[in-house]
Amino acid sequence: MAFGGRKPSGPAGKGKGAAAGDKQAGQRRGLFRRRKVCKFCAERIDDINYKDVKLLSGFVPERGKVLPRRISGTCAKHQRGLRVAILRARQLALLPYASD
Amino acid sequence: MSARTYELIYILVPDATEQAVAEMQTQVEGIVQRLGGTIDKTDPWGRRKLAYEIGKHKEGFYVLQVIQGSGELMKELDRRLKVTDGLIRHLIVRIDERQAVAERARTKRQEESRRRRVARGLPPERQPGEGPQRDNDDDGDVSYDGMDGEV
Repeated sequence: MAFGGRKPSGPAGKGKGAAAGDKQAGQRRGLFRRRKVCKFCAERIDDINYKDVKLLSGFVPERGKVLPRRISGTCAKHQRGLRVAILRARQLALLPYASD
Repeated sequence: MSARTYELIYILVPDATEQAVAEMQTQVEGIVQRLGGTIDKTDPWGRRKLAYEIGKHKEGFYVLQVIQGSGELMKELDRRLKVTDGLIRHLIVRIDERQAVAERARTKRQEESRRRRVARGLPPERQPGEGPQRDNDDDGDVSYDGMDGEV
């Protein structure tokens, strides 16, 4: 998907830019991405409760790991709370540690 | 020191009889009372499928209790629960601090939004709507805004 949007003119115009700079620009270019918003900020969930399996399971993909921030768009503060909630839910077998 | 709120969840074996459940509850109650605590709420969730097998069990009988008491009490309770038969798992979590934080955040947000609304003379509806309007027809929490918007 992302490869189609890349054009050769971009790097050529940059010339001898630093390698790191080029890489960053390359990542930023490409498709339009929908801006991700932290679910807990948007819905004003102050207390992420470990008993709310329905909510938490949205952040636990099939494999059972915690969905990373770069994908879910959760803000740092809420990701921390989310992690704790998932850890607790796992202890009580409400969520899996790993599933395959 | 002593007025702390804890949440206790324990999971009994799935084939526990009603009598066993009641017995467990009285046992907890006994410890709580002996050490000067109170049980605010008891909420048996009932049988529930476990996310993974524990031992040989695939299901468990969940019971949630909200307890007020000291740390000493919970320590003792934890110790006792660890050695109790017929108990698959248990978890004790202190909740009063988190509740206070959440409460503070809520009141702060309400005050803030009220202040802004008054300053701008806008209706109370749709406080988050600064960004572009997407097709949020599945947005079910509009009713939340109605709660604090009595102006």
